[in-house]
Amino acid sequence: MSFLSIRDLNVSLANGAPLLRRVSLDVAAGEVRALVGESGAGKSMIGKAVLGILPRAAKVTGGSIQLDGEDLETLSPKARRQRIGARVALIPQDPLTALNPSRRVGPQITDRLVDILGWKRAEAEARALELLEEVHIQAPDRVMKAYPHELSGGMRQRILIASAFAAEPKLIIADEPTTALDVTVQKQILKLIREMQQRHGTALLFVTHDLGVVSKIAQSLTVLYAGKVIEETDIKAFFAGPSHAYSRALLAATPKYTDPDGSLTPVPDSVIQAVEAEIAAFDAGQMGTVRA
Amino acid sequence: MSEMIYQLKDLKVSFPDMSKKPLLGAAPRIDVLKGLTFDIPKGEVLGIVGGSGSGKSTLGRALIRLIEPDDGAILFEGTDITHLGEDRLRPLRRRFQMIFQDPMSSLNPRRRVGGIIAGPLKLQGLDNVKGRVDEALDMVGLPRSFASRYPHELSGGQRQRVGIARAIALKPDFILADEIVSGLDVSSQAQVLNLLESLVQDLGLTLAFISHDLSVIRRLCTRILVLYQGEIVENAETPALFADPKAAYTRTLLDAIPLPDPAQAWF
Repeated sequence: MSFLSIRDLNVSLANGAPLLRRVSLDVAAGEVRALVGESGAGKSMIGKAVLGILPRAAKVTGGSIQLDGEDLETLSPKARRQRIGARVALIPQDPLTALNPSRRVGPQITDRLVDILGWKRAEAEARALELLEEVHIQAPDRVMKAYPHELSGGMRQRILIASAFAAEPKLIIADEPTTALDVTVQKQILKLIREMQQRHGTALLFVTHDLGVVSKIAQSLTVLYAGKVIEETDIKAFFAGPSHAYSRALLAATPKYTDPDGSLTPVPDSVIQAVEAEIAAFDAGQMGTVRA
Repeated sequence: MSEMIYQLKDLKVSFPDMSKKPLLGAAPRIDVLKGLTFDIPKGEVLGIVGGSGSGKSTLGRALIRLIEPDDGAILFEGTDITHLGEDRLRPLRRRFQMIFQDPMSSLNPRRRVGGIIAGPLKLQGLDNVKGRVDEALDMVGLPRSFASRYPHELSGGQRQRVGIARAIALKPDFILADEIVSGLDVSSQAQVLNLLESLVQDLGLTLAFISHDLSVIRRLCTRILVLYQGEIVENAETPALFADPKAAYTRTLLDAIPLPDPAQAWF
């Protein structure tokens, strides 16, 4: 039974331009699913739809999002926030903009425990200290009192990871959590996310455009193009040979330093045209079903 | 021996550490580059690699004299530019150009692409600006009609091409590219790198390419300089570096790259 179950999700702009096209995907309890695509493919949009933080201009226009068997769209906004706050957390891409620069780190971790879950301040602080130790931060009591600018990028990302796990969520959405980091720090952070995910048994929806990262962290993946699911499979099958031409081209474009030639192949125009045609045909089919 | 475009001798750069500045008096200095010595021959594509804080961007900025070194010397085609004043640097600036990491913040959102590329041409007092802008757009594979568009109307890859067009429009001898593909998708990344590779060949450019990711520069670079905490830990031709990295830190950088292969033991 899936913890997160998205069915036929449509998200559109006010002018009707589709951002997500009947997206269906499942994340089982404790599973790590990667969500892959180029910029503009809608991969972050899925996470935002689940969290209920879509940009103002975008609206859910169809389909359902079920969390632990409960349809989120049927809940009142307040009930929805409660459910999400208690069970789902986000690890954002940019650790600098995600932290308030004018507040100390400690309260930014404990706020959510106090405000949403109704913990006592002292309990929340004890929990935050425990978590900072768990993400291998030295002198956590000192870091709690620090401002974000006093910490390195890797440190800030560790704090956001600690914060995401604070309320023991069942699902974490990680939106390109290592894209802003250099390769050595990326490795440490991925290792930490994997370690925390396994220890806490949390399901993870991992948004990324890097298939190298996908092969290390995920068990399954969903490939998106223009808001439509292009391929959905498990890791072994995908890296043995993706079934869709676009996925194959994406894999071919991923650099491999072990390749002596080192040449890089962009996704060919012919593949782009084919997948665009597929989307156009899909849209035409949708128009038909709406009229019928 | 081929001619050198750059010769660096014991280059040192330091910045004031404002977090440790006493109430009165000067802040202590942090040594960012701790005495770098190397040459860049004409026509070479040099990769400059290192983690954050290794000093790779500082080195790049010193090469094109956006910052003034504390000590040591930078010779550009035999001319000592280490402490040259801005008035004497200006004519030289036409010959070394830069492409920036983030094409969104390095292109003025209120100017059209044509105006952006024309900016440095006008600053240098060149004639036939329109013709040169068109030529630059042709070279980076963008339609000439893009001259009337604004940066926000373009994709990330297209914006980065505009950044490249602005740099090559001046017909420089040397270009510094600082992490120019790290914000792009794999496909746009491949397109931009392939474009740079052909421009280097066609225009006979010398290029320094700064990156934290060794996998993207294997194809492009002829030689790679690995920096760690402001010092050169390895300086080797690309095939030798990948076949047999000498420095432990180079090994660390290579091992940190996740290959798209679930069988690779990585963690």
